[in-house]
Amino acid sequence: MSNGIHRKTLAQLAAGLRAKEFSSAELTRLYLDRIEASQPALNAFISVTRDQAMAAAEAADRDLAAARGGRLAGVPIAHKDIFCTAGVKTTCGSRMLDNFVSPYDATLVAKLKAAGVVMLGKANMDEFAMGSSNETSFYGPVRNPWNTDLVPGGSSGGSAAAVAARLAPAATATDTGGSIRQPAALCGVTGLKPTYGRVSRYGMIAFASSLDQGGIITATAEDAALILREMAGFDANDSTSVDTPVPDYAASLDAPLAGLKIGLLKEFFDKGLDPENERRIREALATYEKLGASLREVSLPNLPLSVPAYYVVAPAECSSNLARFDGVRFGHRCKDPRDLLDLYKRSRGEGFGAEVKRRIMTGTYVLSAGYYDAYYLKAQKVRQLITTDFTRAFGEVDVLMGPTTPTTAFAIGAKTSDPITMYLNDIYTIGANLAGLPAMSIPCGFVQGLPVGLQLVGPHFSEAKLLNVAHLYQRETEWHSRVPERYA
Amino acid sequence: MSVSEASRPERTTTEASAWETVIGLEIHAQLATKSKIFSGSPIAYGAPPNAQANLVDLGYPGVLPVLNAEAVRMAVKFGLAIGARIAAHSVFARKNYFYPDLPKGYQISQYELPIVGQGAIEIVLEDGTKKRVGVTRAHLEEDAGKSLHEGLPGVSGIDLNRAGTPLVEIVSEPDMRSAKEAVAYMKKVHTLVRYLEICDGNMQEGSFRCDANVSVRRRGAEKFGTRAEIKNLNSFRFVEKAINYEVERQIDLIESGGKVKQETRLYDPDKGETRSMRSKEEANDYRYFPDPDLLPVVLDESLIADVRASLPELPDQKAVRFSSQYGLSAYDAGVLTASRELAAYYEDVAREVPNEPKLAANWVMGELAAALNKDGLEINGGKLPATQLAGLLKRIAEQTISGKIAKEVFEAMWASGADADAIIEEKGLKQITDSSAIERAIDEVMAKNPGQLADYRSGKDKLFGFFVGQVMKATQGKANPAQLNELLKKKLQG
Amino acid sequence: MSLTREQIENIAHLARLELQPHEVPVYQESLSRILDLVGELDRADTASVAPMAHPLPGLSQRLRADAITEQDHHELYQQNAPQVAAGLYLVPKVIE
Repeated sequence: MSNGIHRKTLAQLAAGLRAKEFSSAELTRLYLDRIEASQPALNAFISVTRDQAMAAAEAADRDLAAARGGRLAGVPIAHKDIFCTAGVKTTCGSRMLDNFVSPYDATLVAKLKAAGVVMLGKANMDEFAMGSSNETSFYGPVRNPWNTDLVPGGSSGGSAAAVAARLAPAATATDTGGSIRQPAALCGVTGLKPTYGRVSRYGMIAFASSLDQGGIITATAEDAALILREMAGFDANDSTSVDTPVPDYAASLDAPLAGLKIGLLKEFFDKGLDPENERRIREALATYEKLGASLREVSLPNLPLSVPAYYVVAPAECSSNLARFDGVRFGHRCKDPRDLLDLYKRSRGEGFGAEVKRRIMTGTYVLSAGYYDAYYLKAQKVRQLITTDFTRAFGEVDVLMGPTTPTTAFAIGAKTSDPITMYLNDIYTIGANLAGLPAMSIPCGFVQGLPVGLQLVGPHFSEAKLLNVAHLYQRETEWHSRVPERYA
Repeated sequence: MSVSEASRPERTTTEASAWETVIGLEIHAQLATKSKIFSGSPIAYGAPPNAQANLVDLGYPGVLPVLNAEAVRMAVKFGLAIGARIAAHSVFARKNYFYPDLPKGYQISQYELPIVGQGAIEIVLEDGTKKRVGVTRAHLEEDAGKSLHEGLPGVSGIDLNRAGTPLVEIVSEPDMRSAKEAVAYMKKVHTLVRYLEICDGNMQEGSFRCDANVSVRRRGAEKFGTRAEIKNLNSFRFVEKAINYEVERQIDLIESGGKVKQETRLYDPDKGETRSMRSKEEANDYRYFPDPDLLPVVLDESLIADVRASLPELPDQKAVRFSSQYGLSAYDAGVLTASRELAAYYEDVAREVPNEPKLAANWVMGELAAALNKDGLEINGGKLPATQLAGLLKRIAEQTISGKIAKEVFEAMWASGADADAIIEEKGLKQITDSSAIERAIDEVMAKNPGQLADYRSGKDKLFGFFVGQVMKATQGKANPAQLNELLKKKLQG
Repeated sequence: MSLTREQIENIAHLARLELQPHEVPVYQESLSRILDLVGELDRADTASVAPMAHPLPGLSQRLRADAITEQDHHELYQQNAPQVAAGLYLVPKVIE
């Protein structure tokens, strides 16, 4: 197969498949080979499902030959290993689920399957999506394709690294506190976290139910638009899924930005933001002005409290969500339990890694008798304050912008000893999760050879507008099409 | 059991009356939906282990709950029936604890905002006085699975078929003052849920069970004593026995200088005693918080009005109507309305013998109830249709047969399933109402007993009974008693 | 905010997590610092604020029709189970 096909966007690949420029089997084999070649260096995958992928690709080719099949027929992608995939090991990056084969497909997986997508494998991730560097994975850290001494970000680090190294044209991901946007920024790719309730959570292994949202990492906003259309929508199996029509996101990508009001998140341009990163962000904002948008500073006074609010709500929900892993019906069971208590304690003690245990204990503590009001209830109230701040801001502007992360990618091991420092990495991304807002990170330049991400946040269900805003920037720039030399 | 407990003497009434018992019940009624509260699994009883436990019921990674509309309607129905406020906005919460029959490590229940608020239930005590028992709240929750221990050496087997079965938990105020009151209350709730057709009430299968919170205090004391919670009582008899045992235990404990511990206890029906549950010994910290997988349940007025319109005539209303419509005593009306089926049966019978509602009541509560009870049958089992019993009562009413003969006919009907008329005909049990035939029999008896006749005529009035007996014997009991009396009197006087 | 060793052990017990002795001080230190971080919440005046349990305002629970949609798949589901017999999940003896 000819060189350079992996540099094509997903939109181009879908069109190429339809035009029979190449077959899905050829394409799938190409990506599978790239994944396998990259594994020693990047470790972006936990499972590579070659046989299933080739069978699915051949089926897709038959559909394409008969002019049948979904809109993404034959397009190979990767799934974050947090999504349940029938008959395929689904680990959530944890020893706890090292032996777990899901008997069912997550709704998102089933919908993409119905659209004709071919699954290449399961992307590596922080254990149970708890982490910002992909270092908490039981399967070892993922490395950043731009510099393998550095982290790719997390928790969707495998998904972001895979797309950055063009091991897949797209990878599904999830975002609880920044887990799509932060690795997308650190790997120089496009990440979209939809509105809470836009994409079904059924079959996505829960971390923090009121914050988790499935999304996508791609090279371009246009690619994200194509995939979101297939994976979004109401699901009767998810009580928190919203019954709102799914638009054709690609249809509005080119709508002009004249008159667009952009709010600069004042609180994000703080002392924690690296000056070089800030420069890239300001340059991106200048580009938007050229496109006809107007800028104004917007203050969300309660936003600095998002990290403390998040580190109550997310651990609380996680402590309860992860109680089902008890060594009885699935998952890791310790050897020769003495009694029931020993079965629970050792299975969970052995099955979970240090960060997961830390969050479970934090959550257990903040929910326990005598502390509920001071922590959990207080955090839920602060969450309301932050949400109200956003609502007020969206009365003035159409989209909020700022950095996705304070710095570019950091070294593997640099922050593992200090959880607080690690937590503060998500300082700019958590607000959108607390308020359930759609948000994106798009590449906006480089600092010392490392990508910088621009964050876009919009009102509920404004994905079409965000994609449009991102797409027009990508028409003006080429940051999103840069690929690390080794994978070019 | 300790020696002192085993040899405990019966407490005398005077001793016991120094103490007052305080009881509150938490009744769990399984709702008679088709599917589970948060999944589409069936809830039929007796399926093979785990055959009715799907991914949601098993708490598989990634699954989510979706609320069953019928469970909500049933809870609302119960709330309306006890005059409680229905919450326009209620919230599901997670109750977190580890137990093998609890697959997710939390039970989805309701905590701060239950669907049914305060209501009340009226009970009738043995002496006929009425008492109102307050209902604090009733909330929706999911049932847990079952741990099986028998035949499994060293291990327990977990069957999660029951996990996720919808329950309404009905929490009473601590308003009951004796085991008998507690049983009367539980029976009343049992009647009510079956009337409403929201629970099958099957206690053997665990569809209806309760936890009893029991404490004692010195008569006149204001503060409640420390309570013990007796878990999982699944018969009225066990409720009574367990509470009585527990009351004695607590009084003994306090009187011997000890203190009642707030704890969970289990009733052992074989030993007739309660014991501390080891597995629940540690103080539980359930860490309740709103379930983020479920949204607030918002009930609009139209749904509540709709459910209200579907309410059947409730037992109390029905009893009042029975008293006035059929002229029954409050007691009889109470007995006959104890279940919807019994009441319907009675009304079917009474309709056929419109002038004899009391006769109908006596037969339904008497002979029929005894026969059903003896054979362990249900009133609606079809053994003796109401029209058949009415057929018998008609013959009594029109004096074709006497009450005594009727019992014989009833027994034959019960055994053969034949109609009353066929049995009366076949056995020739028709009452003799032809006065010439009765007179003939009287004449014969008088002729055979000249001595007694002479004694009677000389003033021994008591011998009248002897002559009645002889004539009845001669007619095989078929002489119409009223006619016989009249004719005999005339003849004996000469 | 400083958590004691005993508090950490209690939390770990409540969460059914076995900790190695050397892990206890590690969690003692990090959880104490996390509680300091979340202690910043005290700065917010929330006197008249309603708690927010869910990110989308105004939505209420959808109700599912009462219908049986599931079949018996216990053999498939039990393929992930560490120990089963006769359709039952096995655990060390439960003492009641």
